[in-house]
Amino acid sequence: MSVDALLVQFLNGLAGASTLFLLAVGLSLIFGVTRIVNFAHGSFYMLGIYIAYSLTARIGGSVLGFWGSVVLAALAVGLLGVIVECLLLRRIYRAPELFQLLATFALVLIARDAALAIWGPEDLLGPRAPGLKGAVEILGRQFPQYDLALIFIGPAVLGALWWMLTRTRFGVLIRAATEDREMVGALGVNQAWLFTAVFGLGTLLAGLGGALQGPREPANLGLDLMGIGDAFVVVVVGGMGSIPGAFLAALIIAEIKALCIAIGTVHVFGFDFSFSKLTLVVEFLVMAVVLIWKPLGLLGKPSAASRNSSAVEAPLAPPDKAAKIFGYAVLVLLLLLPVVGQMFPYAVVLMIDILVAVLFAASLHFIMGPGGMHSFGHAAYFGLGAYGAGLLMKQFSMPMEAALGLGPLLAAAGALLFGWFCVRLSGVYLAMLTLAFAQIVWSIAFQWDEVTGGSNGIIGLWPAEWLNQKAAYYYLTLALTVGGVLFLWRVLLAPFGYALRAGRDSPLRADAIGINVFNYQWMAFVLAGTVCGVAGSLFAFSKGTIAPDVIHVGRSIDGLVMVLLGGVQTLAGPVVGAALFTWLQDAVAREFQYWRAALGVAILLLVMVFPLGVAGSVKRLLRRREVAA
Amino acid sequence: MSLLEVNGLTKAFGGVRAVSEVGFTVEAGEILALIGPNGAGKSTCFNMLNGQLRPDSGSIKLGGVSTIGLKPRRVWRMGVGRTFQITATFGSMTVRENVQMALLSHRGRLKNLWVRAREQYVAEADALLARVGMREQAERPCSVLAYGDLKRLELAVALANAPKLLLMDEPTAGMAPKERIELMALTADIVKSDSIGVLFTEHDMDVVFRHASRMIVLNRGQLIAGGVPAEVRANPEVQRIYLGSRH
Amino acid sequence: MTQANKQGLKRLALAAFTLAAFALTGSALAQSGPIRIGEINSYKAQPAFLDPYKKGMDLAVEEVNAAGGVLGRKFEVITRDDGASPGDAVRAAEELVSREKVDVIAGGFLSNIGLALTDFAKQKKIFFLASEPLTDKIVWQNGNKYTFRLRPSTYMQVAMLVPEAAKLKKKRWALVYPNYEYGQSAAATFKEQLKKLQPDVEFVAEQAAPLGRIDAGAVTQALADAKPDAIFNVTFGGDLAKFVREGNTRGLFKGREVVSLLTGEPEYIDPLKDETPEGWIVTGYPWYGIATPDHQAFFIAYHKKFNDYPRLGSFVGYTTIKALAAGMKKANSVNTDKLITAFSGLTFDTPFGRAMFRPQDHQSTIGAYVGRTTVRGNKGEMKDYVYLDGAKFQPTDAEVKKMRPAD
Repeated sequence: MSVDALLVQFLNGLAGASTLFLLAVGLSLIFGVTRIVNFAHGSFYMLGIYIAYSLTARIGGSVLGFWGSVVLAALAVGLLGVIVECLLLRRIYRAPELFQLLATFALVLIARDAALAIWGPEDLLGPRAPGLKGAVEILGRQFPQYDLALIFIGPAVLGALWWMLTRTRFGVLIRAATEDREMVGALGVNQAWLFTAVFGLGTLLAGLGGALQGPREPANLGLDLMGIGDAFVVVVVGGMGSIPGAFLAALIIAEIKALCIAIGTVHVFGFDFSFSKLTLVVEFLVMAVVLIWKPLGLLGKPSAASRNSSAVEAPLAPPDKAAKIFGYAVLVLLLLLPVVGQMFPYAVVLMIDILVAVLFAASLHFIMGPGGMHSFGHAAYFGLGAYGAGLLMKQFSMPMEAALGLGPLLAAAGALLFGWFCVRLSGVYLAMLTLAFAQIVWSIAFQWDEVTGGSNGIIGLWPAEWLNQKAAYYYLTLALTVGGVLFLWRVLLAPFGYALRAGRDSPLRADAIGINVFNYQWMAFVLAGTVCGVAGSLFAFSKGTIAPDVIHVGRSIDGLVMVLLGGVQTLAGPVVGAALFTWLQDAVAREFQYWRAALGVAILLLVMVFPLGVAGSVKRLLRRREVAA
Repeated sequence: MSLLEVNGLTKAFGGVRAVSEVGFTVEAGEILALIGPNGAGKSTCFNMLNGQLRPDSGSIKLGGVSTIGLKPRRVWRMGVGRTFQITATFGSMTVRENVQMALLSHRGRLKNLWVRAREQYVAEADALLARVGMREQAERPCSVLAYGDLKRLELAVALANAPKLLLMDEPTAGMAPKERIELMALTADIVKSDSIGVLFTEHDMDVVFRHASRMIVLNRGQLIAGGVPAEVRANPEVQRIYLGSRH
Repeated sequence: MTQANKQGLKRLALAAFTLAAFALTGSALAQSGPIRIGEINSYKAQPAFLDPYKKGMDLAVEEVNAAGGVLGRKFEVITRDDGASPGDAVRAAEELVSREKVDVIAGGFLSNIGLALTDFAKQKKIFFLASEPLTDKIVWQNGNKYTFRLRPSTYMQVAMLVPEAAKLKKKRWALVYPNYEYGQSAAATFKEQLKKLQPDVEFVAEQAAPLGRIDAGAVTQALADAKPDAIFNVTFGGDLAKFVREGNTRGLFKGREVVSLLTGEPEYIDPLKDETPEGWIVTGYPWYGIATPDHQAFFIAYHKKFNDYPRLGSFVGYTTIKALAAGMKKANSVNTDKLITAFSGLTFDTPFGRAMFRPQDHQSTIGAYVGRTTVRGNKGEMKDYVYLDGAKFQPTDAEVKKMRPAD
C-alpha cells in the first residue's frame, strides 16, 4: 500500500469522523445536562435522514433547496425532541435511574413503526447534493466533493458548539448543569426550560447528522439501532458529556476503521487475516480498550455523584406467608400446565420460552438491582451458555445432559474475565463496557465459522431422548428456572447478598466495615453470569438451533426492558417483567402488523402508570392498603 | 506504647500541602479532639488515618504496627471504627441490618450464600443498638431515620468490631445542641467502659471543651497547638486564628 | 397482612390464571377443512423483499382456491413473523404445528432461520419447503429428507456467473461481499470455480463489509488501490446502493468489468435508479421482458390484483404455493411421508418454465436470468439476458452425495 493510498484513506476517515461526531454529540449534550440515557437518539437520527429525503425530493434540486432541506429536517427533528421532552420525559425525571431508558426505548419502537408507516419498507437513497455531485482529484484519486464538505462541517459544528458553551449564557448554564444539576436550580434558572432546550438542541443535532447523511446513506429502518450503537460508543469513548471528547473519539474510531479497510487481508505465517472483517467490531474493541485504560473515557470528568432523587429501596424481606402461598399456588399451576396443556399444546412451548426469559431476567436483576451494576451486555452470558452447551455437544460429542450441565461454565468463565474489568467501572461506563464485551463475544461467534458455525450458528441441538417430549423438557426447564430463581433470592437474603447491596448503597461505609466491594461485585457478576448461562443452555436445547442473535444487543435490551418493566427494586420484578414481556411480544406480534409500536405504547403506558415497575407498583399498592387497613 | 502514634504526616494535593508534618498520639481511654477552621486539613488527616488516602510521607502506627498503604477495610480489621462527616449507612436496610452487616463482616461470615442474613447476630446487634439508644428503632428502614439517629447508628456500627480506636469525623454535625451533648456523653461512657481511644473533629467548642481529654489544633495543615482544653483555650495563637474568628 | 388482603391475593391469583389460560388457548383448532400451510418469515426485518413475496403467495392461494383447491380442500396460509431470530422462528414453527395444526411449513429468508427450520423439520418430522433462503447447507451439509428448497442456491447463482466471468479473460480480480455466511460462501465458490476455468486468475483484494454497514468510501478506495481488472460483488440492498454511488463518484467502475450477484433482481436494482451502473454482469429477474406465456399470465394476474409489477420475491412466494399444490396433488395426501416421496423428482410449472425438485438433494432446478445491467429512462434494468436452467449448474451427484448426510 502506498503512502498516497494511506493519506486518502485518512481523508475517508475524516469524513467518517464528522459523520460519527454529528451523530453522537447531541447524545453527549443531553446526557451531560439531564442525565437521561436517551436510547431514542438513533431514532431521531433516522428521522433526520427520512425527513431530509422527503424534503430534498420536493425542493432539493437546487443548492439552496438541498441545504434548506437539511436545515429544515434538523429543525423538524429538534421540534419533535422538544415535544417528546415536554410530553413524556418531563414526567419521569424523578423516576428511578435508568427508567428513562425504558421510556426512550419505547420511543424507538414507536418511531420505527411510524417511519415504516410513512416511508414504507424500502431503502431510500436520497439524491446527491447539488453542486457537490462530483469528485476532486487528490493524490491521483477521485475524492467525492461531498465528503470534503463533511470534513469541514464536523469541525465547524464543534466550533459552533464550543463558542456557544463558552460565550453565551445558555452555554454557561449547560456547562454548570453538566457539572452540578442541582446548582442550576439554585441559581434561579428554570430547570424545566433548560432541560427542554438542551433536549431540543441534542435531537436537532441528531437530525442534522441524519440529514447530512442523505446523499451517503440510504434511509432505512435499521438506522435507529445502528445509530444509537455508534453514538453510545463515541460518547463513552470520548467521556460522557464531553464534546471535544466526542470529536476525538469519532476521529479515532473512524480512522481505525478506514485503516482496517485499507490494510485489507494480510498474510502472516501462512494465515490470512482479514482486517476488513474486523470492521464488524472494531469500535467495540476500541471502547473496551479505552474503558479499561481510562474508566471515564478519553476526556471524561468524574461527575458529581448523581443526586437522582429516586425512591430509596425498601429493606428486603423474606416472603411473608401470603406471598409464599401465592408462590406455591403459581408453582402448582405451572406443574399442572402440561396436564391441562393437552388442550392447548402451545402453552407449554410458550411457557418454556417464558421460563427461560425469567431466569435470564432474574440473573440480570441480580447484578442490576442489588448489585447496582447496570449491564447492557447481559446477552453475552446467555449466549456463552448457549454456545457452551452447543459446542460441547457438537465439537466434543458430549451427551446432551452433560452439555447442558457444563455449558454454563463457559458463561461463568466469560463473566469471570469480563467482570474483573467491568466492576472497576460504574454507571453508564460500566454498562457500556459490558456492552462492548458482549459485542466482542457476538462478533467471535459470528466470525469463527469453523467452531461456532458463523452467522448460521449451530444446529441439531436437540434434547436427549427422555427429554424430547415437550412436557418433559418443560419440567426440566421449570425445575432449573425455579431452582435458579430461588437460589438467587436465597443468596440475596444471605450475607453475600447483603454485602452486595451494602457495596451499592454506600461503598464508603462498606469499605469502612471491612467489605471488599470489588470482590463481592465481581463474584456477583460471575454468579449472575453462570445462572444466565443456564438459561442460555436451556434455550439452546429448546430450540435445536442457536445463532449469533442469542448474543445480540437486542437480547440484552430485552433483558433490561424485562427487569425495568417488572421493577428493579423487588425480587419478583424480573419474574413478572420477563413473563409479561415475552407473552406480550408473542401475542402482540401475531395480532398486529405494527406490533413494535403497540409494544412501545404499552411500555409507555406502563411507565406512566407504574413508575416503579409492575411488581414494584403492586407491592406498593398492597403496602398502602395494608397501612390503610 | 501509645494506641495510635502519628509522626510527620504529610499530604499534598497538586502542590498544595493539605497536611504538613503532623504528629500526635492517642492513648487508650482518652478522647482527643482535632480542631481547626474549615480547610485546615482535618478530613484529609482523618482519611489518611483510616486508609482512604495514602500519605506522601510520615508514619501511622496502630499499637506499634504501621497502617500505611492499607485499605480502609484492612485498617478496620485492625480495630479502627469510623464515623463520617456525612453519614454513610446502607439505605436499603433496616437499622438492625446495618449493625448486623458490621458484625457479619467482623466474624468473616459475609461470604455465606445460604443463611438468612437478618437472622444472624440479632441479640448482639440489638445490644449495640441499645447502647446508643436505638433499640426501639431496630426494625425501621435506615432511609427514614432522622439525622441524629443516623449518627448514633453509625456509632453502633463503628462499635461492632470491638474497636480499639474510634475515628469520628464531626460526630455531632447537624444535630440539635441537646443531642450533641447526649451523643458525646454516650461516647465518653463507652470510652471509659471499653477503654478505647477516640479521635474526633468538631466545630462545636462546647462539645469539645466538655468532652475532650486533650485537643490538638490544626491550621493550614500544620499543628499549631496541643494539650488539655484549658491550655489550648489560653493559647493566644489559637484564640487569634481560630477561636477569635468564630466567637 | 389483613384478611381482606389475603382474599384479594387469592382473587388475583385466580384472575391471573384464567387470563393466562385464555391467552394461551388462542384460536380454534383446525383438523379437516382447508389444507393449512404454516409460513414463517422475517416480514418485519426484510420488508422490501417479503412484502412482494407475501403478495405472490396471496395470488397463488387465490388461484389455487379458485380452481377448487387441492384434494378437494382449499388452501389456507397462516403466516408468522420470526423477528429475524432463529429462536423465535422455531417458536413460531412450534406454535404453527401444535396450535394451528398446520400440515406443512414453508418460508424462511435469512439463512440461519432457514437452517433452523430445516433442522426443526427433521426433529419434528414435518414437511418443510424452504422458499427463499439461499445457503447451500440447507440441501447439502445440513440437508434432510423433510426439507426441500425452492429458490436457486448461492452455489447455483454463482455458478451461473462464473462462465461469464471467465469469458472476460481478466486476470486481476477484487471481491467485495457482506461479512456473513452468504457473502463468504459466494466469494469462496466464485474463487474456487473461476480458478478451475482460468487457472492464472489472481485475487488481488477482498473486502468483507459488515452487513448493512459498509463503509463504502473506504472500501471503494481500497478496491481501487489494488488495481483490479475486474470486480466480483456480492453486496446487496443498502450496501449495494452505497457501494455503487461511491464507486461511480470515485471512478472505480471506469474501465473495469463487474460481475455482481442478485443485482438484477428488482428488489436491488430498482433503488439504484439512474445511477445503475452500465454493463455489470448480473443474475436477476427482468420481469419487463419475459415473453413466455407462463410468465405473461403470472404478470397480468399479479398486476391486476396489486396494480404493481412483480419482484423476484413475488415470483418466489407465488411459486412456493404452486409447488406445494403440485406436490400435494401428486401425493394425493398431505401426509408427510407421502409428500416427501411425491416431491422427490416432482416436476412443476413456474412462471420461469418447468422445474423439478432434484431427488438427490431436494433442490429445485429453478434457474435465474443472467444479463447485463443498463439504464433505461430513469430506471435500472437488465439487457441481453438469458434464462439459465438451474439443473445445469449443480455439482456432480458424487460431490452432492459426499456433502449430504444420508437420511
